[in-house]
Amino acid sequence: MMQQVSIGFATSPLLAKTPPWLDAPTAILLFAVLAILALAALGGEILRRQPDAFVNPAVVRAFNGRIRAWLLMCAILGMAMLVGLLSDMAGRAAMVVLFFGVSFWALREYITVTPTRFGDHRALFWVFLIFTPMQYLLVGLDVCWTTGPDFYRFYSILIPVYGSLFIPARSAFAGDHRRFLERTAKIHLGLLICVYTLSYAPAMLDLNLLYGPNRERWSGSNAGVLFYFVLIVQLGDVMQFLWDRLLGKRPIAQDIHAGRTWEGLLGGVLCTALVGGALWWVTPFNFGSAFIISGVTALFGYAGGMTMSAIKRDRGVQDYGTLVQGHAGVLDRIDSLCFAAPVFYHLTRFFYTDQSLVSELMSHARL
Amino acid sequence: MSPGSVAPVEMFLVATTSMNLTVPLLVGLAKLISGATVRWVDCQPDTCQRVYFANHTSHLDALVLWASLPPDVRSLTRPVAAKDYWDRGPLRRHIAQSFNALLIDRKDIKVHNSPIQRILSEIGDTHSVIVFPEGGRNDDGQIGEFKSGIYYLNKKRPELEMVPVYLDNMNRILPRGEVLPVPLLSCITFGAPMWLEAGESKEDFLRRAREAVLRLKEL
Repeated sequence: MMQQVSIGFATSPLLAKTPPWLDAPTAILLFAVLAILALAALGGEILRRQPDAFVNPAVVRAFNGRIRAWLLMCAILGMAMLVGLLSDMAGRAAMVVLFFGVSFWALREYITVTPTRFGDHRALFWVFLIFTPMQYLLVGLDVCWTTGPDFYRFYSILIPVYGSLFIPARSAFAGDHRRFLERTAKIHLGLLICVYTLSYAPAMLDLNLLYGPNRERWSGSNAGVLFYFVLIVQLGDVMQFLWDRLLGKRPIAQDIHAGRTWEGLLGGVLCTALVGGALWWVTPFNFGSAFIISGVTALFGYAGGMTMSAIKRDRGVQDYGTLVQGHAGVLDRIDSLCFAAPVFYHLTRFFYTDQSLVSELMSHARL
Repeated sequence: MSPGSVAPVEMFLVATTSMNLTVPLLVGLAKLISGATVRWVDCQPDTCQRVYFANHTSHLDALVLWASLPPDVRSLTRPVAAKDYWDRGPLRRHIAQSFNALLIDRKDIKVHNSPIQRILSEIGDTHSVIVFPEGGRNDDGQIGEFKSGIYYLNKKRPELEMVPVYLDNMNRILPRGEVLPVPLLSCITFGAPMWLEAGESKEDFLRRAREAVLRLKEL
């Protein structure tokens, strides 16, 4: 059915085969996670209805809120994956649009709690309506146009190079010099964290993943790798939280977040690495590399949480949602995803694809 | 506006009017751009006759406030707007008509045709109004002194519920002098209704009204 027309330069029959949108390991993992979350939601509901609260109701409420957010996250990701069953292209597009929406909303929350001046209005217009859509358009072209050029070369520099030059220039043209450095730094950091970094998550769909010692084309699902990544980062949050609560003694930075401890960091990263390693069968990695990649991903996720806590402390807000809804906002839920997406993408790209310096060096060594 | 650009605008207007699309389009667009969270504090949406009075920082204020009301209340509520701005050009006039704006001439005020008289005769005993008692927009997001309009409205019609409303962040979404909005998030807070007390002076009432709006800022 999936007869591939071999076009000109396809060097090996293996390379000409497009990997499937969904494979069995991904489906198993997705359903397992959904089942666990559903059970947890049920448990939370039972706890909430207990007449005599033997558990702190605030803890139960926080737990239920978290579970609901994850169920929603999982359901949305699952939906995008189902769209991909209709047509591969539609699934890819759905994934990119989904992450675009998340980025856009997170950026709204970020700029809303970050004071800017009237002179930044035009620069902000560019940030919201030119740079953000442009970034995702380039990622979308990369991901949806499977036989097209590698747009990585464009979307990886758009915001770090041209965004960082354009924003201060636009604000300078507007003619307000007060707190200039501070304002432009704030806006650029927002664009970088909410949009640029997160766009690496859907970009994973375009990686030509290789597998095993002979570096053959991997036959699994890229969407599965993306789901694996989201799962690892969220698991990292849970593990760190549990370790902090149960064994946390030495705070890393009292003034930033009293609840985040060295025990939580080490224990969380280690446990996440172990679970990530044990789930190697969803990815092209073996146990060892899945362990290391998950560990590094969790570490970056943790750094994301710390950084966003520092920004919130600076702004004097509890959550990014407080100004708006009275509960945690989108940015509070995805801070670790934002920080972890580029490192997961790059580790995978460098060591597990034919699109990197590493693979070029290896083919040179072989010649 | 150049003659060339009028035709598409008018075609658009004819199309949206004939299909009755302008109102849903405007409401949807207002909600999308403002990302407004609506809070009713000590006050519930109601179709009784009310005067919603709010701080004013952006051209979007009237539209966003109006769009944040539930549909049945919205259809009975008329924003009071400046004639010199909203009566200029077919697009603005069409928008003002669609959200049933009550246009007031700020320049040509006469004793026999005062804005208060016009508002009262236009709303009859069914409609509510949205007013901005500061008179003009404030650039820095501060709330200026209130003009006396709301005092006379309530003095002539004591049964009107005066509802304070605080609009947050609207001046960053569309500041004065800008055409293109930046889609940040905003918050609209409706407060407890108030009335003119027996024997209350104009100054006292206006101060109390302004403080009611300011208090919503802190919530």
